[in-house]
Amino acid sequence: MHSTVRPGRHAPAGPAPYAERKHARWDREQVLTAAAFLTPALLILGVFVLYPIVNAGYISLTSWNGFDPVKQFAGLDNYVRLASDPEFWNSLLVTAVYATGVCVLSVVSGLAIALLLDAPLRGRGFYRGVYFLPAVTSSVAAAIVWKYMLDPAGFVNAVLAQFGIAGPDWLQDRWLALGALTLLTVWKNIGFNAVLYLTAMQALPVGVYEAAQLDGASFWQRLRYVTVPLLSPMTFFVVVQALITSFQAFDLVYVLTGGGPRGGTEVLGMFTYRTAFRIGDFGYGTAIAFVTLLLVLGVTLVQWRASGSGRADR
Amino acid sequence: MRQPLATRVGRHAILLIGSAVVILPFLWMFTTSLQSRAETYTNSSVLPTSWHWENYVHAWQAAPFGQYYLNSIVMAIGIVGGHLVFDSLAAYAFARLHFPLRNTLFVVLLAALMIPTFVTIIPAYTIVANLGWIDSYAGLIVPRMADVFGIILLRQYFSSIPVELDDAARIDGCSRAGTFFRIIVPLSRPAFATLAIFSFLFAWNDFLWPLLVTNTDDVRTIQIGLSAFVGRYGTSWNYLMAGTLTATIPSIVVFLFFQRALVRGIATTGLKD
Repeated sequence: MHSTVRPGRHAPAGPAPYAERKHARWDREQVLTAAAFLTPALLILGVFVLYPIVNAGYISLTSWNGFDPVKQFAGLDNYVRLASDPEFWNSLLVTAVYATGVCVLSVVSGLAIALLLDAPLRGRGFYRGVYFLPAVTSSVAAAIVWKYMLDPAGFVNAVLAQFGIAGPDWLQDRWLALGALTLLTVWKNIGFNAVLYLTAMQALPVGVYEAAQLDGASFWQRLRYVTVPLLSPMTFFVVVQALITSFQAFDLVYVLTGGGPRGGTEVLGMFTYRTAFRIGDFGYGTAIAFVTLLLVLGVTLVQWRASGSGRADR
Repeated sequence: MRQPLATRVGRHAILLIGSAVVILPFLWMFTTSLQSRAETYTNSSVLPTSWHWENYVHAWQAAPFGQYYLNSIVMAIGIVGGHLVFDSLAAYAFARLHFPLRNTLFVVLLAALMIPTFVTIIPAYTIVANLGWIDSYAGLIVPRMADVFGIILLRQYFSSIPVELDDAARIDGCSRAGTFFRIIVPLSRPAFATLAIFSFLFAWNDFLWPLLVTNTDDVRTIQIGLSAFVGRYGTSWNYLMAGTLTATIPSIVVFLFFQRALVRGIATTGLKD
C-alpha cells in the first residue's frame, strides 16, 4: 500500500516511515490490529493500575474502612489529620534518614565496584555474578537471614566477640535498626547499581581520558574531574531509583523489624500498610500513599533541576 | 594498556573482600541450616560439627512448603505467560502501528510507572475483593498479567528491528498481525527470554500483593509461607534457614543459568525492582 522501501540494507533503527507519516486517513487494518493487540494489556492495566490511581484520589478524601458499601466523603480531613499526626512525622523522619543513607551508599558502592570492574580484569564475570546474587534473592529471604545474623546471639555479634567487643542488640535500638535496614537495602541493590554504572562507564569516550592522562592528571584527578561529571546522568538515575526504592520500601522492613522498635523503622510504606490493612483505615492510608507520591515527585523534580543546572554551568 | 601488578592485585583484593561480604549471608544460611538446634545458639563454629540434613525434612514437615512451592509455580507461570503474550502484543502496537492517541497512551503508561505501588494497591485490592478473587489464583495472577516495564522493554527491542523487514513482508501480502507473528516474534527471542526471566524473578519474589490477597495455605506463595514460618518457628534457626534456602534456590538457579540475559536487560532498560 504505502510501504516505502528505502535504499541501503542497514537503515538506522527507528520508527517505520509509514508510522511517522502524518495521518491523512487512518489505515483501517492498522487501527483495528492495534486495537486488538492493545485490548488485553490495556484492560488489565486499566482495571488494576490506571483506574486505581484515579480511585485512590477519591478514597483519600473519604473516611472509609474498606468494607462499608458507602464511602463517607470527608473532604481534606485525612490530609489535615496527617499534619498533626506524630506517627506520620515520625514515619517521614525515618524515611528521610533511610532514603538519604540508601542514596549516598548506593552511589558510592555502585561507583566503586564499577570502577574496580571497568578495566580488563580476570574473573569479571565471577564478580559480577556474586555482586548480583542478593538482587535475585527475595526480600523475605534476605531479611530473614539478616535478622538472624543481627540477633544478639547471631553471627555479627559472634564476630565482634572474637575481638572482645560486646555487640549490641541491633534491632532493638531505633537508630541501629534503621542503619541495619539501610545496609541491607544497599547490600541487596549493589549489583544493580554497579551494572548501571558499568554500562555508563563503558559508553564514555576514551579520548577524554587520554587527553587527561597526557596533561598528567592522577587517577583521583581523572575520577574527580572527568569520570564523575561525565557519569552525572547515571548518578541522577541511580539516586532517583534509590529514592523510589526507599519511599516504596516494605518487604524488607516487614520481615526485618516489622517497623519496630517502637516505630523506629516505620518507613512510609510500612505506615501505609499498617494504617490501611491492619487498622482498616483505608481513607487515611490512601492519603498517606498520596503524600508519598507527591514527595517522590517533588524530590525527583528538585534533583532533576539541580543536575540540569549543574550541566548548564559547564 | 596493562596495569602494574600491584594495582591488579589491589583491585582483586578489594573485590574479593567485597564478594566475601556479599556472599557471607548465603554461606551462613547454608551452614546454619545443617546445624543442630543447640549448635545454632552457641555459634562455636561456622561449619556444623555434624551435618543435619534431616533439618530440611523437618522444615518441610513443619510447614506445607510443597503446597507453597506449587502455588508459587502456578502464579509464576501465569504471570510470565501473561507478560509474554499481552506485553508483546501491546509493545508491537506501540512500536510499529499507527493509531489515534498512540503517543498519549504511551505517555500515560509511562507516567503510571512512576506511581508508588501503595497508591494503587488499596483500590486494586478492593476491586479484587469485589470480584470475589481474594484467596484464589485469579486474585494472585490476573492483576499482574500485563506490565508496563515489559511493554517498554519489548517496544525498545522491536524498534531496533529494521523496518524494511516489515515492508518486505507487506509487499509479499502479509497482514500487520501476520508480520508480528512471522517476522517480529521469531526475531525477538532474546528479548522474550530477558522478559521471561525478569517476570519469573518478579513473580517468585513478590511479597506485598500475595500477602494481601491470600489467607490460606491453599494459595499462599512460598514467600508468604516463609514469612509466616518466621513467626511460628522463630527460634529454630536451623529449620528457618533450611526453609529460606529452599525458597531461594529457584531464583538463584534461574539467575545462574540466565545471568547474561538478565544483565543485558538491566543495561538496556535500567530496570530495577
